Formats: sequence, structure tokens, C-alpha cells
Amino acid sequence: MTRAYRVGDQLPPLEIPLTRTLIVAGAIASRDYQDVHHDAESAREKGSPDIFMNILTTNGLVGRYITDHFGPSAVLRKVAIRLGAPNYPGDVMRLTGHITDVRAGEPAEATVQVTGDNGIGRHVTGTVTVVLPHEGEGATTTIALPQKGARAT
Amino acid sequence: MSGAGGEGPRAGAAGPRVGAVGPRSGAEGTRAGADASRSAETAERDELFAQLRAYEGRAAATAGRGKDPVNEPMIRHWCEAVGDASPAYRGPDAVAPPTMLQAWTMGGLSGHTDGTGRSAAYDEMFALLDGAGYTSVVATDCEQEYLRPLRPGDRITFDTVIESVSPRKTTKLGTGYFVTTRTDVRADGEPAGTHRFRILKYRPAQRTEAPESARRPRPVINRDNSGFWAGVAEHRLLIQRCTDCATLRLPWLPGCNACGGAEWDTVEAGGAGTVFSHVVMHHPSFPAFAPDGDGGPYAVALVELAEGVRIVSNVIGVPYDKVRVGMPVHLEFLRTDPDLELPVFRASEGG
Repeated sequence: MTRAYRVGDQLPPLEIPLTRTLIVAGAIASRDYQDVHHDAESAREKGSPDIFMNILTTNGLVGRYITDHFGPSAVLRKVAIRLGAPNYPGDVMRLTGHITDVRAGEPAEATVQVTGDNGIGRHVTGTVTVVLPHEGEGATTTIALPQKGARAT
Repeated sequence: MSGAGGEGPRAGAAGPRVGAVGPRSGAEGTRAGADASRSAETAERDELFAQLRAYEGRAAATAGRGKDPVNEPMIRHWCEAVGDASPAYRGPDAVAPPTMLQAWTMGGLSGHTDGTGRSAAYDEMFALLDGAGYTSVVATDCEQEYLRPLRPGDRITFDTVIESVSPRKTTKLGTGYFVTTRTDVRADGEPAGTHRFRILKYRPAQRTEAPESARRPRPVINRDNSGFWAGVAEHRLLIQRCTDCATLRLPWLPGCNACGGAEWDTVEAGGAGTVFSHVVMHHPSFPAFAPDGDGGPYAVALVELAEGVRIVSNVIGVPYDKVRVGMPVHLEFLRTDPDLELPVFRASEGG
């Protein structure tokens, strides 16, 4: 199997239903017991209309989005995210991404710009660097090196 | 990151927007007042920022230890939560999802109990912020770099440094300071990753809607009970009496339960009674029913009047947990708000 990754490639979007269960399960799985992530009454007392997703769950979802696309032998190197509009229960977050850089070499790496939008705005913007699978790991990666002026905008 | 100013987060542009969904009328208060408080805050900012800045470079945690080694159950729980089905995180060669990096350092519900968690400096800085009213926290940025995979059995240690404190920023959530920490995570002593984390420690923006004053539900008044409420308006508790068989009835009903008679007149209750039964309402909280309006527990009593009929009401004059069956009580009328007066029962002297 050969895959070619090019600057500008769009990743298929991933829609995540933001259930109350996901928000609470993510908070607890990341060992984050801040009440604003599981207790709606406390969240309201602190000025939030409801509980909201913690940053570590968003981080995990962004990581999953990348490795779902590049496959299990792709390895995350860096994940940097910034949060905006909170993820409240009942909303849907749509993750999108595109490749902004690919680097040949051993190992080859790609940089992906990720955004996650929900019903009230942009929840997350992020940059992920991922080490791409190479020969002997089930997939051969062909890298199309970026040319001047060919960068995705 | 070199300094707090240069790479400070652009809160207005991309900061958290928890408060953004509601109207902001509260913040647009009288212009003069806003200006006055702004200049007061400017002076305060300089002083507090100078204090906070002294914590840059100090340790937030030293030689922290993960409470659990990297382990399969926590990996599985994480994967279940975020829906990650990657085979890389299962089986004999499983690694932990790299994005779990911080989870291995978390103190959890009980915190770090071995003294390796937060440093005194970090606590002090937070105390300064809390003391100045910046009591709320929201995470805004998380930047992780992974140097080696974590595998079940790896023992986690970490050090955290307070990397920078931003000048005071005003965001949609409220005004506050961004605090950035960097945690170096090691697995069995080897560098495994770094975790840069930015929080906004802020004073929540004024709540938008004025708290609605707590009001008790309005009685439903119809032709079968309007006489009762007319009596209450005159501070008389009226009991219905069947004109056929003289049986008393309360609450008011269209006909007599004893003989079926439709005709009635009224008897005014003398006001004496005893608590026949009672319950204490703890939850949910209804501030309007609490004696001090704070939503705390309150007693609901079934009071047996001296005339023999019973009425559901509140007992006042004693704490909710001192109401007892058999307690003598006496009728009073309580104005709960400008539009509503209700019969209630005060515990008698010595009751």
C-alpha cells in the first residue's frame, strides 16, 4: 500500500456529538475532577450555562482525529491546541484538518492544522506534528515535497 | 517562550468564550462607574502584576510522582471516553495515547498526597490571585511534545515550572492573568515529553441577568375555592361546612364528602392547631420557601386545626429540624411578596 501525503491535503471531517456522557467520561478518564466538567449546578454558579469539555479531552480528540486518518503506525510528535468557544452538552463539534507541511527524512513527518467548530463558534485550533508510517510498518508513504508557493493557505 | 508580554495569549481574539453566549448588559453599566473602576483596576494591575511576575521561573512542582504507573486500564478508559479505537493502544505491545501525557501527572480527586504536587510558590501565587478576586480558572492552551512512547509499567515523574504570567487581560469571560506552566515528564527517569499549559485565572464578568427574586408559586383560584382566598385576604382562615350534615371540610371542595350535599357555609378557624405530620424538604432548593431566602431546607407540616380539619402549610418560628409531631402552633398570615399572603403556623411559646 502506498500513500501520498501532500501539502494542502484535506482530512475528512469528523463530527463528534458532544454528549454529557462524553464530557464527563473524558474529564474523569483524564483525572480532571474540576466540578465545571461534571456538575452543571456548580458550573452555573461559576457563570457557565452548563458543564463544558475539559481541555485534555479536546486534546485527546484532536490526537485521535490525526491517528484515525494516518493509521495506527503514525506517531504523534507534538499536539498544540488553543481553546475558544466551549464544548457544551448537546452540541456537535466538527473537526477538520489540512496538511500544512511534509518533511521527507527518516522518519518523515507531517504537520496538520486542525480546527474544531461547534454550534457557537470555533472550539479549538491546533497544530499537530505526526511521524508518518514508513516501510516495514504496513504502509509505504510517498511524500510530495512542498514547492515554493505551493503551501496551503 | 521568552517573556509574558511578547507571546502573551491574545485573549480577545481567541480566548475562551464561556461568557460569550449571553448578553452582556451587566457589563455595559453606567459609563461613569465603569470608567472609575477601570482606572482603579489599572493601578491595581500594575501592583499585582509586579507581584505575580516574581513567580516566573519558580517551581510549581518538584520531583512530582505520578500516582499510578502507566497502565492498561487507564489507557482503555481514556480510549473508551474519546472513542479512540487505534490498535496501537491495545494488546501486548500497547503504548499509551500520547495525548494522555498530562493525565499521568494528575493528582485526581485526592490530589498529590505525598507532598510532591503543587509547590508553596504556586500555592502562594494562586492565593494572591484568589485574594484579589481572580477566583475562576479556565484552561486555554495545551502544547505537548512527545519524546518517547509511554508503555504500561512506566513510572512517571515530573517537574513543573511557572514559565510566565501575562499582564492583566480583559477577555469575554472576565479580566485576569494568563499563567503558563511547563511540565517535563519522565518515564523511568528518561525524558518522555513536555507539557506546556496555559490557564486564565480570572474574575468572572458580571452575571448578565439580575437574579430573579424568589417568588412562591401563585395559588390557582377558581369558583370552588375563591371564598377561601377571599378569607385569607381578610386574614380569616375559612373552613367550609356542609349545611346538610354540618361536616367541616378543608381544603375547599364543591360538595360534601360525607353526605354529598352541595350547599355550604363557612366557619372561621380559631387559629389553634397542632402539627399532625411534617416533612423537611432538602432538595431541590426553592429559595422562596426557605425562611431566610437562601434555598436551605424548610419544613412542610400537616397542621390539624382545633376544629378537626387539617391543612398543609409551613411552620415558622422554629428551625426546620425542630418541628415535631404534636407541637402546638397558631395561625398567622405571612406576606411572602407584595402579591401574596398565605396562612402559616407559628410554633407556640415553649413549643
